[in-house]
Amino acid sequence: MRIIWIILQKEFKQIFRTKIMLGIIFVMPLIQLFILANALTFDIKDIKISIINNDKSQMSNQLVNKINASEFFKIVDYPNTTKQAELLMDAGKTDLYIVIPNNFEKDLFREQSAKIQIIVNSIDGTKAGVSFNYLLRILTQFQIDQSSNLGRKITLGLTELPKIIEIKTSNWFNIKQEYKIFMVPGLVGLLLTLIGGFLTGINIVREKEIGTIEQINVSPIRKIQFIIGKLLPFWILGMFELFVAMSIAIWVYEVPFLGSPFVIIVFAGIYLTLVMGIGLLISTISETQQQAMFVTWFFMVVFILLSGFFSPIENMPPIIQKITLFNPLRYFIEMVRLVMLKGSGFADIKFQLEMTIAYSLMINFFAVIMYRKTN
Amino acid sequence: MSNFIIQTNKLTKKFGKFVAANELTFEVKKGEIFGFLGANGAGKTTAIRMLCGLSKPSSGSATVAGFDIYTQTESIKKNIGYMSQKFSLYNDLTVLENLAFFGGIYGLSKNVVKEKSQELITKLQIEEHKDKLVESLPLGWKQKLAFLTSVIHNPKIIFLDEPTGGVDPITRRKFWDLIYEASENGITVFITTHYMDESEYCNRVSIMVDGEIVELDTPHNLKEKYDCNKMDDVFVKIARKSKRVE
Repeated sequence: MRIIWIILQKEFKQIFRTKIMLGIIFVMPLIQLFILANALTFDIKDIKISIINNDKSQMSNQLVNKINASEFFKIVDYPNTTKQAELLMDAGKTDLYIVIPNNFEKDLFREQSAKIQIIVNSIDGTKAGVSFNYLLRILTQFQIDQSSNLGRKITLGLTELPKIIEIKTSNWFNIKQEYKIFMVPGLVGLLLTLIGGFLTGINIVREKEIGTIEQINVSPIRKIQFIIGKLLPFWILGMFELFVAMSIAIWVYEVPFLGSPFVIIVFAGIYLTLVMGIGLLISTISETQQQAMFVTWFFMVVFILLSGFFSPIENMPPIIQKITLFNPLRYFIEMVRLVMLKGSGFADIKFQLEMTIAYSLMINFFAVIMYRKTN
Repeated sequence: MSNFIIQTNKLTKKFGKFVAANELTFEVKKGEIFGFLGANGAGKTTAIRMLCGLSKPSSGSATVAGFDIYTQTESIKKNIGYMSQKFSLYNDLTVLENLAFFGGIYGLSKNVVKEKSQELITKLQIEEHKDKLVESLPLGWKQKLAFLTSVIHNPKIIFLDEPTGGVDPITRRKFWDLIYEASENGITVFITTHYMDESEYCNRVSIMVDGEIVELDTPHNLKEKYDCNKMDDVFVKIARKSKRVE
């Protein structure tokens, strides 16, 4: 025990003297939580729209005003020709444009129907779909308003949705459907993975790189003592990080905390041992800190993309869904969202907890064996 | 226990088909300074690693400080010191912190570490540098400090793997003063070096060529045998037989 204590003291001294480590431990979480949390949003606002208003009538102006009043759209230009509008789109200055034809008002009066052309840039399919739907909603509303104004039904050539079933949605658990409330708990998982996996791997490889590991190996320090001495500091730092991140989530982002903090703490403690095992494993296959970083980078990207952090796992193809079962981060993110937003307890996250424990045992078992072999 | 602190019998290490160390049989007497010479790639480091318990031999047997190198590596590790060609202190710890760490992992109590550290700092005359990071010290000092750190736990034997690489002649000379002193205190010194003038300071030297020990005697006898004035010439005559291509 005394030996482990001596190693711990040395590790903490070294960690607090290494600027890069300090940066990753203290600055990175703040950047992630304050900048990324705000950047990671799927809400689409301020869609850039251009309007070719060939009619310039009272009615067409009313339509323009209606679009202008919407919080979703920002009118960037009023081109005269479709050619100009296309140039704007090519330059990325507009996301979509509409053409209000000549005789728009006349046609509406005479024939109770007029046509509008809508061109949407669909490079980003999701955004295009959402934009189109927003616009459609405005046009439909315009149709209804004008119909009541004129006292007779008009159409804009839009296919009217049959209103047989009226759908009313109510959102549970994240009532305002705020993206941050969903993303911030996930970010906590990312942070723990980085601190636990990334830093431990690098920290062990560092001793290899500067050669002090030889000095350790000829000393009476047992390998298991060395491993514990190397990992424990990052477990402690990881838990510290958890408290910081959770505090920011609760007090800055006002993420509701329905479940018990105890569940998250226990889960995080186990999860950290798992990612540290991965770090240890990485250290056995890397000779330099650079190699360790590249390998970690590879794992991190795969872990993040397959974790459900960005896109729901249920939306992935079945085979990919199976692959995500091998991703430890998936379990943490599921757990933290369930506990915070839904108030789940141990019984509800039993699957995630069991998988994490099983993985932790397996990974650490392999890591220790590999470590003994290579050093 | 016999008069020998290291005894090996046909100690062999193979890496696949490559025989890095072939049937090494030799003894090192208690308290002597034993020079372990050989060209680059002759197998010196492989041999040292086996004796320190860092790698398992392919065949043969050996004891270090009376302990078997197969089964009693833990006991061996408590009784040896080691300093390698790679600098082996922590650059981001201070002089005192390094001493506390290395003393501590060999089980010295806090008071003993304090005492020893003070002794050592006085000896090296680095009182005003004791709270500075090791990286700020000049290489010569670091090297001496690393040596004294590696014997802080009073080992029975110290393995030095090219300890004087890259330091100037004056510092080397001072370094050897420390080695003599350790030897006088009863610590057996097992040293590899590329500086043949240093081999003259050894009680006995062995010379390895292509994984085998081809000579083992006092520098004086070897010079007589090969009819040379300097160990340098002896070494060149012997090492020329090497078939390994570097």
